[in-house]
Amino acid sequence: MSHDSSRPALRREDVTIPAGHVLTRLPWIGAGVGAVGLVTAFVLRPGDPKQFAFSWLFAFLFFLSLALGALYFVLIHFATQAGWGIVVRRLAENTMAILPLFAVLFIPLLLGMGELFPWVQGIAEGKNHVLSGKAPYLNTSFFVIRAVVYFTCWSAIAMYFFRRSRGQDSSAAHAISVGLRRLSGPAVIVLALTQTFAAVDWIMSLDPYWYSTIFGVYWFAGSFVSFFALMTLMVVRLRRAGFLTKIVGLDHFHDLGKLLFAFTVFWAYIGFSQYFLIWYGNIPEETIFFRHRLEGSWTAVSLLLAAGHFIIPFFFFMPRTIKRKPGLLALGASWMLAMHAVDLYWLIMPVMHPHGVAVTLLDVAAFLAVGGLFFGALSWMMLGSPLVPVGDPRLPESLSFENV
Amino acid sequence: MATFGVLAEFKSPADLYRACERVRDAGYTRWDAHSPFPVHGLEGAMGMKRSKLPWIILVMALGGAATGFLLQTWVHSMAYPLTISGKPHFAWPAYVPITFELGVLGGALAAVFGMFGLNQLPRHHHPLFESARFARFSDDAFFISIEAVDPMFDAAAASKLLHGAGASHVEIVEDLP
Repeated sequence: MSHDSSRPALRREDVTIPAGHVLTRLPWIGAGVGAVGLVTAFVLRPGDPKQFAFSWLFAFLFFLSLALGALYFVLIHFATQAGWGIVVRRLAENTMAILPLFAVLFIPLLLGMGELFPWVQGIAEGKNHVLSGKAPYLNTSFFVIRAVVYFTCWSAIAMYFFRRSRGQDSSAAHAISVGLRRLSGPAVIVLALTQTFAAVDWIMSLDPYWYSTIFGVYWFAGSFVSFFALMTLMVVRLRRAGFLTKIVGLDHFHDLGKLLFAFTVFWAYIGFSQYFLIWYGNIPEETIFFRHRLEGSWTAVSLLLAAGHFIIPFFFFMPRTIKRKPGLLALGASWMLAMHAVDLYWLIMPVMHPHGVAVTLLDVAAFLAVGGLFFGALSWMMLGSPLVPVGDPRLPESLSFENV
Repeated sequence: MATFGVLAEFKSPADLYRACERVRDAGYTRWDAHSPFPVHGLEGAMGMKRSKLPWIILVMALGGAATGFLLQTWVHSMAYPLTISGKPHFAWPAYVPITFELGVLGGALAAVFGMFGLNQLPRHHHPLFESARFARFSDDAFFISIEAVDPMFDAAAASKLLHGAGASHVEIVEDLP
């Protein structure tokens, strides 16, 4: 049943950040933080190039997860013709539009390939039987070609959807919705394949002897749940600043909470499936992954991940009341973002520091560098267009959305 | 014959909605609204509390999961310890799939049968079906019924309230013999 009488009118001041507003300073603050991080990281790099490469990989993958999660959200939103989330879709579009930036941020990893991936050296020496067998895939030139393909696919899909959606703001053409819906299905397939291969290339091949067929899904699960966390925080922040107040209501928060809950469970399901099969099969070249992560202080991180990425949020996000309280939901969302960082740290760093956790200044510097540029670019995107897709023909449906 | 309650008919969902607010504010607790289709926000106008069902589901799901886990623990490490592929007798990761499935089973069964129980279903007949007009509740008419078991029920006062709330027709419904 429609709520024509109570439908809120879309007001300009609700959806545009005016010039001079405090939020317009965010791009500069982000760029400043990013520059400081960047300079610090590169100053420290000659002292410990290996640590630099690992720190950069961690920071790069954390923020790339958020952008890829946003791209998934937009594509699935179109593919399923979802109505509820149109009011928050532009926030996801702004996030995915940063993807081309990551192609530039990837360059430091190319510089540090030799330090990151043992197969670079191993194959060059040609003595290792296992690595020689994997050489047709794991070699430097094919690695670079694949990375170019990933970034081309992600940037092309993201920019096309972004441009078309923004074009709809003024034209309000229904044909744009139909066209993007048709394209979204194939695009999801391309995205799923490229992200899976990227997970193999950039995380799994840190230990070229180890393999897990579910690994791509594991990274996807983490990236999707952390994007929902970011989206929740963006909405809460914008509402505190007085935007979207009449547009994004408790029922939209309720749905964001449900998705946070669902994909927290999905992450645990995939994570346990990976652990379970490796534990059950008990093959040394597979179990080595968990052997490293149950050594020294890594044991505590593994337990923190199980409790903090699943058990605690499982019960926290379960009650309806929490999902309908933006403040508490934002608290849970911040926690999930932190846990996604722990998850990636746990995937990457035991390769560099096998005997225990060792957080270094380079970790902080690289995180600030990538994070500052990420948030700077994200807030810059938000200034460029209305905060909701004002031309979407189905926007009224989303505005009056209610959970029964 | 005892009285089941008072049945009032309304012409539109808007009338029904406003009447529900009146009945709610009058303080009745044992009453119901009947509509051919869901009316958004009616549960608020009726002053309905959240269902107890989620709590039943939670308890049953956790109970199912606990049953699954404890049963496997008892079988594998106490009743009939057997070494399987070199794993310890208390091999908890192997118990997780069954634990998970029984948790889902407990929750799903509790959801379905708890819903039936809270709705007092199945039942073969209801006193309201004795009213000839009530047949249209699934077609084009909207009703409110206030039951005689309500502590503040009085047939005359309830009829007056419903008339005042815009009912097009009010009748007394007898209880089943």
